[in-house]
Order: sequence, then structure tokens, then C-alpha cells
Amino acid sequence: MILTLAIKSLRNRKFTAVLTLLSIGLAVMLLLGVERLRSESRESFAATISGTDLVVGARSSPVHLLLFSVFRIGNATNNIRWDSYRAIAQRPEVAWTIPLSLGDSHRGFRVLGTTHEYFEHFRFGRDRKLELARGAVLEHMHDAVLGADVAVKLGYQPGDPILIAHGAGDVSFSLHEDQPFRVVGVLQRTGTPVDRTVHVTLQGMDAVHAQAAEDTFDPLAAAVRAGADEHEYHAEKNPKRAITAFLVGLKSRGAALSMQRLVTEYSEEPLTAILPGATLLEVWEIVGAAEKTLFAVSALVVVVGLAGMLVALLTSLSERRREMAVLRSVGARPMHIFALIMGEAAFLTLLGIALGIAALYLGLLAGRPWLESRLGLFIVVGWPSAYEFALMIVVAAAGVLIGLIPAYRIYRYSLADGMTIRI
Amino acid sequence: MDVPAPATSQTLAPQRSGGSPEPVVTLSGVRFSWSGAAPFVIDIDSLRVTRGERVFLRGPSGSGKSTLLSLLAGVITPLAGTVRVLDRDIGTLGGAGRDRFRADHVGFIFQMFNLIPYLSVVENVCLPCGFSKRRKERAGREGGTVQAEAVRLLEHLDMGEAALLGRPVTELSVGQQQRVAAARALIGAPELVIADEPTSSLDADRRAAFLDLLFRECAREQAALIFVSHDASLAPLFDRTIQFADINRAFGPAPAPV
Repeated sequence: MILTLAIKSLRNRKFTAVLTLLSIGLAVMLLLGVERLRSESRESFAATISGTDLVVGARSSPVHLLLFSVFRIGNATNNIRWDSYRAIAQRPEVAWTIPLSLGDSHRGFRVLGTTHEYFEHFRFGRDRKLELARGAVLEHMHDAVLGADVAVKLGYQPGDPILIAHGAGDVSFSLHEDQPFRVVGVLQRTGTPVDRTVHVTLQGMDAVHAQAAEDTFDPLAAAVRAGADEHEYHAEKNPKRAITAFLVGLKSRGAALSMQRLVTEYSEEPLTAILPGATLLEVWEIVGAAEKTLFAVSALVVVVGLAGMLVALLTSLSERRREMAVLRSVGARPMHIFALIMGEAAFLTLLGIALGIAALYLGLLAGRPWLESRLGLFIVVGWPSAYEFALMIVVAAAGVLIGLIPAYRIYRYSLADGMTIRI
Repeated sequence: MDVPAPATSQTLAPQRSGGSPEPVVTLSGVRFSWSGAAPFVIDIDSLRVTRGERVFLRGPSGSGKSTLLSLLAGVITPLAGTVRVLDRDIGTLGGAGRDRFRADHVGFIFQMFNLIPYLSVVENVCLPCGFSKRRKERAGREGGTVQAEAVRLLEHLDMGEAALLGRPVTELSVGQQQRVAAARALIGAPELVIADEPTSSLDADRRAAFLDLLFRECAREQAALIFVSHDASLAPLFDRTIQFADINRAFGPAPAPV
């Protein structure tokens, strides 16, 4: 009865009720959206690499190395010589290595030069291996294997030719037109930057750059190109090549720290080795302050939204005293009047939360492609997490608590007024 | 003014087995002040209203009429004396008990702004049954369902058109609103109907029609009616007229037992 009255009363004040609902809904959407982006970005980052003990690159900051080598964010400042890579890869502690050569792109997607080890040893999520959706892995020099998003967005199938361009921008004027690659396979979706990567052979990458260098009469590049095999894919044939970074899997995880020290102290070339998990923690420390600020701002927006509801309810009280007197005359108790206002506050808050969640999910579904393409953020649109539920409960409790203020005031009015308004 | 002929309380009030009319309201030695101490706004030695009786309570503004109605409704309790409604000393009931008693036994009609603006005509009439199980059961017995009883009462008050029933009350004329308020006061057959200047905003024709309908329905249910107004021209229509100044020592100089 009281809830029905509360809902009908709100319907009678549609305009203010809708405005209040919108402000609470938007505030909840913002709060949960910030939390969702925070947790999803962390999860997405953490799931990008797994089972790799070290990432080795030219001397640079650990965070920078992690970002460009694993997350394809930014560019390397320097390369690693192939012989340095071989020397470390042949250490007895090392189980496997994956060389990575970055710096080129295809229609806005990063191109990664690598070897068959990538498809054998690279792991993501919870120790998940890369799987082919169709076609085959790299075999010949000009083979290319596409990440799932690349294939979907560019509409490529195995057999299609592609050209790669120098640099990582969306548009490049430096296309390697005389070295076309052929799509031989498409990977299954991983929800990581792999989906947005074009994988080619290191040798193909070398050939492309050698050709580009030859065009500028570089004798070294010509020598590299002369060593390239057009038909068979053998990564070891070009000892003068340079790579951007490489991933290392160790026979024993316990050797990671000593191996890291060994790489850092490598005398032939200044190198940096990082433990991906530890460096990821550094990333979170850097972005943690911004996350907290963002969360605090969104929490304040919720407070403003609820304060709006308080103002709307309080301003309606004086004009509703007669209505309360009529309800008292038909037998409503002061507690009924109290419950009526509480019901309105609770209804507005709960509906506002529901509206906020609906808006958030619609926003996530609509914005997911943009987040993936622009920020490389892979959002899973699933059920709210326990923490998000806890946030919703806190907002609902805050709404009900705020409802106590007008409810108590009208309770006092109804006690004093009875059936006659006393001002 | 076309109004029903006045009747005596003896003809309307049912008799107890001993012969005296059954009292609905009995006040004795009732004193009340808002401050909790003298001077009092209500100081009534005695007042008795019997079942089926139509009492006209007349007095100027500020004489304490609305305070007396609040005492009868159990919204407030006297500082001294007893207020008995249907043989219950309602001053001995707790707050919730008095609210429940009011919901079960008293129907109210106010001067204006009687209705809940966001409810339809029928919903307004059914409202007391949402707060009183007893009135809900009685309304159900009378009309089959509460809604059917509301429609029946509205039909008696010439408000039974289907188009009117679901209409928002804010779209009704003042006269129509007062008839809806009367139907709400009468649903579930309360033993006491209190009308606080319900006709002051009606023109003469509407007033006569409204009173006719109100009297008819109260007589049908044998409800006692206490009708408060300062319009002396209405007095002849009632079984009995009480000058409020005559019974309230706090206001008038020469109280007389009634």
C-alpha cells in the first residue's frame, strides 16, 4: 500500500523524479564505469602475458620495455643485436626464447616479426596457448598470421596479399610495396594485443628493410637481403639482424633473478631484463594515484546525485503536508508517512542504480570497439563483480540514509499536524 | 434550498435494549491545551452524540472546533477527562492503537484539498480500506469487493459514470471532489462521520445536493454525523445544533451541559 502510494506520488511529480533518477543513474554509471574500466584494464593487462619469466630489451626503463614489447604501446628507443640475443638464448638456464621485432604496421595494426617459437611458447591468460582459427602458422619468409581483430576488421582470409609500412601510424607513406606478404593463418581471439597484431617472419621483416635500405644504396642492407631465402623460413640465416626485444622462458623460475642480473650486467651491449609481473606492479603504482583520483571524483558525483534527491524531497515536503494530513485522517500512522517518504527515496535510489547499470552496459557494449581499437582495452561485458555489487549496496544504503532526513521531517510534521496543518 | 427535512435524534438513533440511544461519542470533563498547561483551548464538561444522530457544531473560527475533531479522531489526547468513542476510552489507547481505531471507525470530510491528487477517483475512495482491515471487510461484504463498493457509493453520489471513475481527481470540479470525499468517508461503514466545513466552498445548489447525499448515506449506514460549520443557515437541517461556545468553557463565557 505504502509502496504503491510512493510510486504514484513520484509519478505525480514526474519531472523532478525523472531529473533525480537521471542524476543518480548517471552518477552510478560513472562510479561503476570507472571501477569497471579500472578492474578490466588491470585484468586485461595481467592476462596479456603468462609463463614468460623475463622480457629483455635494449637499456631503457622497465615500464617502457614492458609497454612496447608486450602491450604494443609506444616504440623501442634502441634495438638488440642478434648475437647478443643468441648468446643469452643459448644459456643453459634458458628453456626457450621468442625474438620480437616491432616498428612496422599494416593499416594501423602493429606488425610483429618473430619466429615459430612465438606460436609454441607464448602464453596468455591462464597459461593459454595461441590457437589458429584457420590456416597455418608461419612457414615461408613472406607468410603472415593475423590476430583475430585484424582479420575481422580488414576482412582478410588466408591467401590474401598484404603490404606492410614503416612506422606504427594509421596511415603511412612508406609502404614496402615490392615485398608483399601473404596471409596464411588467422589466430583465435585472445582478448590481448595479439588480436591486433600482424605476425610475420623475422626473415621477411629483414627482407623488407633490406629492400628499403637498398633503395637508398646501403651496402649492408644489400648484404642482408642477399642472405635471405625467398622460399624457406630460417631465422638463423641473418646474423646481422637486430631485434626489438625478446621473451625468455627459464627452465627454473627460481633462476629469474640471477638471470635478470646477468642480462643487466651483459658486457657486450647495454640491456634491460624485467620480470613482467613485477614491472606490471610498477605500472599499477604509477596509474594507482590517477585511479584513486578518478574514483574519488566519481564518488563525489554520486554524493551530488543523492544530494539532488534530498533537495527534491525536502522541497516537496511543505506542499505535501496537506496530503499527509489527509492520509492521517484515513488512518495512516506517522510511521506510514515516514515509510512513504523512505519508500520514495528507496525507489528513486534503486531505480537510479538500475538505470545507471543499464546505461553502463549499453555504454560498454557500444564503446567496446572504440576502447579496443583506441586504447587496446579488452572489456568483458559480464555480470557485475562482488566489488561492484558492494558499491551498489553502498549507494543504495546511502540513498536510504539520505531519505531518513526528509522522512524524519515529515514524520515530525505529521505528528504535530495530525489532520490540521500547524505552521 | 432543496434540503431534506430535519429529523429528530429519537427517530434516527437506534435504541439500546434499555431504551436509551446507543452513544457513539461521549466526552466528559475534557481539557486540552497545546502547551500542556492552562490556558486551555478545549474545556468541555460533557458532550454526547448517539448512533444515527446528525449534529451541527457551530462556532466561529479559532473557537477550537478543529482541536475537538482531532480529540475525537484520537490524533491528540486530552490533558484531563475522557473521550469515549463507541464505548472505548481512546485516551487509554497507544498512538498506533488510536490510529487503527480512527481507520476502523471514523470517516472524515474536510473543507478543501480533501483528496490525494495522484490517485484516481476510485483509488481515493478505496484509500481507508488500505489502512483498515475492518473497513475493507465491511466494504467487501457490502459491494462484493472494495472497488465495487466504492463504485456503488459513487453511484449513490451521482459520480458513477465509468469515465469519471478512473479520472485523476485534479480534473474534477470542487463539487465533484467533495462527493468523492464523502464516498471515501462512508466506505466500510464507519460508525462516526466527521465533516469539517465541507460545504464552505460550494454554491447553494451544490451544497444542498451534497448534504442530501451525505444525509442519505449516513442514514443508510446509521452513522453518527458531526458536521462543523459557521454557516448558521444549515442548522435547521440537523437533528441538533450545538453552539460550540456554549459547551467549550475555554472559549465561551457561559458553558452549559449538553
